[in-house]
Amino acid sequence: MTDDRPSVGLFVTCLVDLFRPSVGFAAVELLEQAGCRVEVPRAQTCCGQPAYNSGDRADTKAIAEQVIAAFEPYDYVVAPSGSCGAMIKDHYPALFADDPALGPRAQALGDKTHELISFLTDVRGLEAVAVTWPGGATYHDSCSGLRELGVKAQPRRLLESVAGLELKEMADSEVCCGFGGTFCVKYPEISNSMVEQKADTIEASGADLLLAGDLGCLLNMAGKLKRRGSGVQVRHVAEVLAGKRDLPAIGESRGS
Amino acid sequence: MSGARAAILAGIRRGLKRGALSGDARAELESRLAGPPVGPVPDRSRANHALPIDLFESMAAEVAATLERLPDSEAVPGAVARYLKANNLPAALRLAPADDLQALPWDSEPLLSVEAGPADPGDQVSVTGAFAGIAETGTLMLLSGPAGPTTLNFLPDNHIVVLRASDVVGPYEAAWERLRARNGRGSLPRTVNFITGPSRTADIEQTIQLGAHGPRRLHILLIDDRDESAS
Amino acid sequence: MRSTAHAFTENAKRAVEDPQLKRAMGHVRKGFIEKRAKARARLPEFEALRDAGREIKDHTLAHLDFYLEHYEKTLTAAGGRLHWCATAEEARAAILEICRQAGARTVTKGKSMIGEEIAINDHLEANGITPVETDLGEYIIQLRREPPSHIIAPAVHLTKDLVEADFRAHHKQLPEGRSLSEPAELVAEARQVLRQRYLEAEVGITGANFLVAETGSSVIVTNEGNGDLTQCLPKVHIVVASIEKLVPTLEDLNVLLRVLARSATGQEMSTYTTLSTGPRRPGDPDGPEAYHVVLLDNGRSAMIGSEFHEALRCIRCGACMNHCPVYHAIGGHAYGWVYPGPIGSVLNPGLIGIEEAHHLPNASTFCGRCESVCPMRIPLPRMMRHWREKEFERHLTPASVRTGLTLWAALARRPRLYQALTRIGSALLGRLGKRGRFESLPLAGGWTRFRDMPAPEGPTFQSLWAEQRGTPGGTSGGKR
Repeated sequence: MTDDRPSVGLFVTCLVDLFRPSVGFAAVELLEQAGCRVEVPRAQTCCGQPAYNSGDRADTKAIAEQVIAAFEPYDYVVAPSGSCGAMIKDHYPALFADDPALGPRAQALGDKTHELISFLTDVRGLEAVAVTWPGGATYHDSCSGLRELGVKAQPRRLLESVAGLELKEMADSEVCCGFGGTFCVKYPEISNSMVEQKADTIEASGADLLLAGDLGCLLNMAGKLKRRGSGVQVRHVAEVLAGKRDLPAIGESRGS
Repeated sequence: MSGARAAILAGIRRGLKRGALSGDARAELESRLAGPPVGPVPDRSRANHALPIDLFESMAAEVAATLERLPDSEAVPGAVARYLKANNLPAALRLAPADDLQALPWDSEPLLSVEAGPADPGDQVSVTGAFAGIAETGTLMLLSGPAGPTTLNFLPDNHIVVLRASDVVGPYEAAWERLRARNGRGSLPRTVNFITGPSRTADIEQTIQLGAHGPRRLHILLIDDRDESAS
Repeated sequence: MRSTAHAFTENAKRAVEDPQLKRAMGHVRKGFIEKRAKARARLPEFEALRDAGREIKDHTLAHLDFYLEHYEKTLTAAGGRLHWCATAEEARAAILEICRQAGARTVTKGKSMIGEEIAINDHLEANGITPVETDLGEYIIQLRREPPSHIIAPAVHLTKDLVEADFRAHHKQLPEGRSLSEPAELVAEARQVLRQRYLEAEVGITGANFLVAETGSSVIVTNEGNGDLTQCLPKVHIVVASIEKLVPTLEDLNVLLRVLARSATGQEMSTYTTLSTGPRRPGDPDGPEAYHVVLLDNGRSAMIGSEFHEALRCIRCGACMNHCPVYHAIGGHAYGWVYPGPIGSVLNPGLIGIEEAHHLPNASTFCGRCESVCPMRIPLPRMMRHWREKEFERHLTPASVRTGLTLWAALARRPRLYQALTRIGSALLGRLGKRGRFESLPLAGGWTRFRDMPAPEGPTFQSLWAEQRGTPGGTSGGKR
């Protein structure tokens, strides 16, 4: 049996793997709808950002080398996260810039690596999704996706095609939510001040649903909104685009 | 401190992984100094869009400078007297000791007390010329020299500037070009003041207040001398 | 100033709980950002100017020795005196000596971050000379005996009621009934008080935004006019500037001026841009009789060619801090030394040591907003990461963090073990977190003190995927 569809190696991301597998399945559905054959290499754990952002270059390189080997066979590498996507796309090539063996391999992998939503629109030409999701949603631009990968218009364009969904822009959607990986536990008070500010603007938008493309930011904002007793639901944008309405929102349980 | 000089230069060269420049490398830098590349010049400052004086006027207004157009320089004393009266200012001014300004018919305003020289702390009003007006940002360019005391630009509360329309240029580059034509390359007067509106501060709660230390008011008298020079 | 950068965590904790600071920082969050965005939108050439500015700075740094020597030549030809100073101490000594020779009792000062860096005010005071800050913001914080909290808006952490209280406490001549509740009244009061000081001073000290090699000029960019009064009234003018302020020519200056004010305050051009070249000339009716430039290195030449080389492109506009959400949350004082915000987190460890300032490059989410607005396109997050690498290499990272990281990395490199453990972990947490979230979790106090921790859905993606698709996985896939 021949299969002409391009192969996509899904980089699940450690947070999706651990906290919200449904985002991974939503990504698979969307990628398959966009005509891709999706595989999930078993030899993946994390992109290495915790080590990289802590100044531990040696461990970062070891992890990156493993990711490069695991994902090299695919036509594309796609991650449901701007920060992991940018790590592979931009930072791996920089890490191995002086390595004659790994440098070109890291660059080649980076060249075919994409964040999920921008891959769907910019590479696969997806313009609309055929799902319904009634309500008002606001979209937070996660920093890496926005500034390193240029993800801004793509998710909004696809969300506009969702039947029943009204996009209500919050003020300062481009301002960091205060997650920052290890930052939020190293400097909890600063992180809290930032996510408080973010929660204020989310609530002021009047939306009842908060969306973003990075689970780290979503966990942070959901955790804060729940702690404040806010009724705003929080989801990864892929869940909405794949129409996963049965799934409880982040930080909620069935029946809550 | 020659030790420091040598240490700093050596440190820089160590970082750059080379010794002192010589020969071609040096010649290349000398020629860049003599004819530097010109960076992007805002399109709006080019004359084919609008007359530079129109752009100058609107940009100056944006920064809270006031401007009155006058048909010729003879009209300056009258305009100054009117301005002082309208703003309840004393009829006394300190004039820049420039020949063209001193030659104006100040006698036509007998109530005006006019003294030439640098500013005294008590002076309320100064009247100076300007070397150029730069339309790009509504900026005045004033030079220090025997005819241009710098204190007049900062000490009095009210600064009146007499500017000829023929001295209004588009971008900063054009103003430097004029100055180089006068002074030669690489040589400037002791002070070159670019002045864009009256003094201001936003140091308290980001609210803009005029007249922080320099003049509270900047009034420009724009002399329409273009026809004279063209005909 | 004495550094409190080592106490960053405590500084920041205090700062986020300060309601007055929060109010003041609200002005930064709005004002600066909107004004810059407007100015940028109005100038189609803005991005091209940023690129051109970066190239000018790169070119200058690559030939800094040449341009410094040329500057020395042109400055000297104009009658100015150049004082090369390798360290802050040398700069302080040079300034004190000039002031002594001028018989100075009072010295007026324009705003200068280099002045802060070398702590010149303390040094003058200790030697019986009174330094008077004349920039309104600097004047206010001098009364309060505080360092600046922002490089272009030193008193941005204060609200007007605090300024009023300071003026009432320090201005003895102030009649009691006099209203000072509005910013305009406060500005007028400061103007009146400082007028006298300008006239008394024997020496005026200013900083420099740029030094121009072509002409031997120093350039200050201000709005109040205080810098100009500071330099045109006293008989001696001292400029303090660091070596990276050099630009080759007036053409290069044009480019940088076009991005400076727009990036800083959102103005098209600051009110006063002044080029000073040497002392008063024959026939000049006013101006200083002597003109000195105290040129400071203080560790900068060592940055050339290092991973921090590009930070020397900085033109001190403050856009990085104006746009930094961490700066908005904690203000400038929490950083604990002269330069706050993202540029401070890059410069300070080099200037006062990574041991002292190790928190600063860590206190960033790497959101990248600073780099996106920096007119000189300095890769600030990348440089903060370099500092973290240096910290890690030198074993300055706390042992607990280091151990945790090593364990985690060892696990991340063994996918089978990793997946076995995460399968158990997520299933367990998923079962415990029945409400979909935890309000407290052991080992996650930093998180759950302020927010809930969403619970895992249940089994990991990898285990579910293996069940559903039954694919062997591995690296066998792909289409080649």
